[in-house]
Amino acid sequence: MKVNGIPHPAPTDPRRLLSDHLRHDLGLTGTHVGCEHGVCGCCTVLLDGAPVRSCLMLAVQAEGHDVSTVEGLAAPGSPLHPVQQAFHECQGLQCGFCTPGFLMSVVGLLAQHPNPTPEQIEEGIAGNLCRCTGYASIRRAVNRAAELSRQ
Amino acid sequence: MTTRWFGARVPRVEDERLLRGRGRFTDDIDEGALESCLVRSPYAHARITSIDVSAARAVRGVVAVYIAADLPFGNLDLPILIPHPNLTHGRTQRCLASEVVRYAGEAVAFVVAESRNIAEDAADLVQVEYEPLPVVITPEVGAAAHHLVHDDVPGNIAAEMLQEVGDVSAALKSAPHRQRLRFRFERGAACPMEGRAVWARWSESERKLTVFDSTQSPTSIRGGLSVLFGLSESKVEVIAPDVGGGFGPKIMLFYPDELLVPFAAMQLGRPVKWTEDRQEHFTAVNQERGQVHDVEVGFDDDGRVLALSVDFIHDTGAYTPYGLILPIITAAQVPGPYRVPHYRVRFRAVYTNATPTSPYRGAGRPHACFVMERTLDSIAKQLDVDRAEIRRRNFIQPDQFPYDLGVAWQDGNSVVYDSGNYPALLEKALAMLGPRPVGDHVGMGLGVYVEGTGVGPYEGAHVQVLVSGRVVAATGIPSQGQAHATVFAQVVADELGVEVADVEVTGGDTRRFPWGVGTFASRGAVTAGNAMAITARMVADKAKQIAGERLEVDPADLELVGGSVRVKGSPGRGITLAALSVLANPVRYAFGGGTEAATQFASKRRPGPPLADGEQPGLEATGYYSPPGSTWASGCHAAYVRVDPKTFRLEVLKYVVVHDCGRLINPLVVEGQIEGGVAQGIGGAFYERLAYDAEGQLRNASFMEYLIPYATEVPEIEIGHIETPSPLNPLGVKGAGEAGVIPVGAVIGSAIEDALGVPVTEMPLSPLKLFELSRL
Repeated sequence: MKVNGIPHPAPTDPRRLLSDHLRHDLGLTGTHVGCEHGVCGCCTVLLDGAPVRSCLMLAVQAEGHDVSTVEGLAAPGSPLHPVQQAFHECQGLQCGFCTPGFLMSVVGLLAQHPNPTPEQIEEGIAGNLCRCTGYASIRRAVNRAAELSRQ
Repeated sequence: MTTRWFGARVPRVEDERLLRGRGRFTDDIDEGALESCLVRSPYAHARITSIDVSAARAVRGVVAVYIAADLPFGNLDLPILIPHPNLTHGRTQRCLASEVVRYAGEAVAFVVAESRNIAEDAADLVQVEYEPLPVVITPEVGAAAHHLVHDDVPGNIAAEMLQEVGDVSAALKSAPHRQRLRFRFERGAACPMEGRAVWARWSESERKLTVFDSTQSPTSIRGGLSVLFGLSESKVEVIAPDVGGGFGPKIMLFYPDELLVPFAAMQLGRPVKWTEDRQEHFTAVNQERGQVHDVEVGFDDDGRVLALSVDFIHDTGAYTPYGLILPIITAAQVPGPYRVPHYRVRFRAVYTNATPTSPYRGAGRPHACFVMERTLDSIAKQLDVDRAEIRRRNFIQPDQFPYDLGVAWQDGNSVVYDSGNYPALLEKALAMLGPRPVGDHVGMGLGVYVEGTGVGPYEGAHVQVLVSGRVVAATGIPSQGQAHATVFAQVVADELGVEVADVEVTGGDTRRFPWGVGTFASRGAVTAGNAMAITARMVADKAKQIAGERLEVDPADLELVGGSVRVKGSPGRGITLAALSVLANPVRYAFGGGTEAATQFASKRRPGPPLADGEQPGLEATGYYSPPGSTWASGCHAAYVRVDPKTFRLEVLKYVVVHDCGRLINPLVVEGQIEGGVAQGIGGAFYERLAYDAEGQLRNASFMEYLIPYATEVPEIEIGHIETPSPLNPLGVKGAGEAGVIPVGAVIGSAIEDALGVPVTEMPLSPLKLFELSRL
């Protein structure tokens, strides 16, 4: 499997979830685990460009696929990805725990709908729980991210 | 004091790490740690007849399995955090139960293994024989006491407390009108997105314990661990790293894992970690909100409240680790922003076979607000007076502060409101709310509240200017997302005349600041914020003192601007903070960064020793702020909702908040707190109900069934501010953390009653509940 463009050897533990593999075998702890039953969306990553719950997949199922995590959005030292920048500008995060999942969902959303309608935004983030922000600032951040992505 | 940063919408400095996936939450820390899991009781009430761990211990990869008998503190009842004279029958659990379990989820055994998978497999092999006992669930069943939760607690009554201001019986008797009302609240849960986690390492060579804990109170955990393990506090370090939301229940002393993980690390000589899963979070982490209120109110022909009697049962759960804080807050907060000339409140805290309770954002206040607001709505209805008008007639007026309520507050003082302007809140909210939308089944709801914030005893800060000119600041309290690093940097930057970017704030790390209490009760900005201001001012004074000597100027003629101390009116004459930091520390050896300027042959001599009597080296200070009492924030929420008469789906059409938390340090951060609070309030009002069955089993212990609002359930929220500065603290600030959540249930309840014409006397509601009410 490739993670953020880098090939990695196949996972060896057949019980390992993709989320645990990313976090504990590859050290990519930016992907968070909030419920482990596919509801909260904290563990969202992109699989071949589409948002998926990494806690609902075994790591071995990602063999042969491209996985993108939050660490791959912007290289260390380089400017933030437009979605990250927008979340910062609009205070789309507080504790930051659900944030990587939201970022990956929104990257997936904007890839599909570069100029999302309010309904598409609602739909695009309706699979992620946030307990801190109340979502209004996240909706603002998605709009801002679309704007930044167009620039 | 300059006010360049205070009040500005400064973007959060903590974002970048978190956005890049480089946060550091407790479960992110590994370092070869053993992993662990807990064996928990499946019964809500049962006698343990035997525990056999032999099969679990035999599993390859299992390093240790502990039961109570294996622990030197196994027979110790865990502390009651906040004892109270009225808590006559306080009870706490032991770290691991060995005789009786009193809630489903109570810890029984602890398994440590090479991996989490192995630990979980082995936990399944721990054989515990239980003899089920009768289960007591719901506050009413607890109070009826047909069965006891604790054999030695008669009537299941942990505590009873009666307070009376005036003569309620006489005032009720003579009142022109009276009503009796009953209100009921079911349990809910905070559900931070990060569950709890603990990581610990024991260094045998240094005899030092290091604990990373997703706690809201690392200083208290450190104090407790040092007592329990017989270590000096300097040998125990507790760090709350990034914490993924707290909202109250991440404060305990202790959850069993907070003892077991450090204990196992000390025993086994290897780091040990434990990370909660979501299901156990639902049963093993403290909950809140279960109360039943019986109210009698007397009022005059204009709807003015003459007397109020409130008698309520508080479901404390199986144990009372947090004392009586919740019912004390409820009792104190029922009158809210209204004059209640005669007020009597009695509560009984009753045991049930449910998870223990402790504050969850709002902490006893949403219930109190619901009781008072719904009571006023009921009076308005009887007298056919507008709901806003009934509130106007009952408000405490702006010229009545300080206003002594005469009942007990959670800090042991009497409740005294320090400042506020409640009529202004209401009028501004009504103006923002605007006209009622057209359409059927639309209702308007209104709720006004006060909130005692910034409770003591104290917080402290350390502020230091480094020789580089950069500033580091630390406090004992951790952040769970409240942007402490931003707002405290604003406060410090103003005092020292530097940029926010020059100030690096650390919180919740006892290595950096060992004293303090914790992050709870909307107290961070008030207590630690003022401590930061006081301490930074001490540093500023020291900088002026040293600069004054160097420049031969009276320190009173100096100011801190742009990273320098300058002579007022002569911006060319000054000395940088970096240079002053060097000069503040007379040194023998130059070690770079300009320190050669402070060596004994280089520095300008003054009479006496290099460090005069009473002087301390370094451009730094440690200071504290201890509030004389709570400062009282307030607000008014108003909403229009539409309820679908067929599906009873709730649609919030408009939601406005007018909020007063005194002077705003950072409106962006305050608005974030409010928006998040309202979302939690909407969850608590309409979606989130912990569904216990009669056997004490929580039937919805997952996010599939316990319905936290998604974006689809939370509307845009319009926010307005008024500022009545607190006279109690130097910054004039009040707390803002819980404001968003407090009146939401009352507002939604009022709006639904208005929309459907059904009486709303409980929280949470749900489509099913509205269906049932509409058939009455």
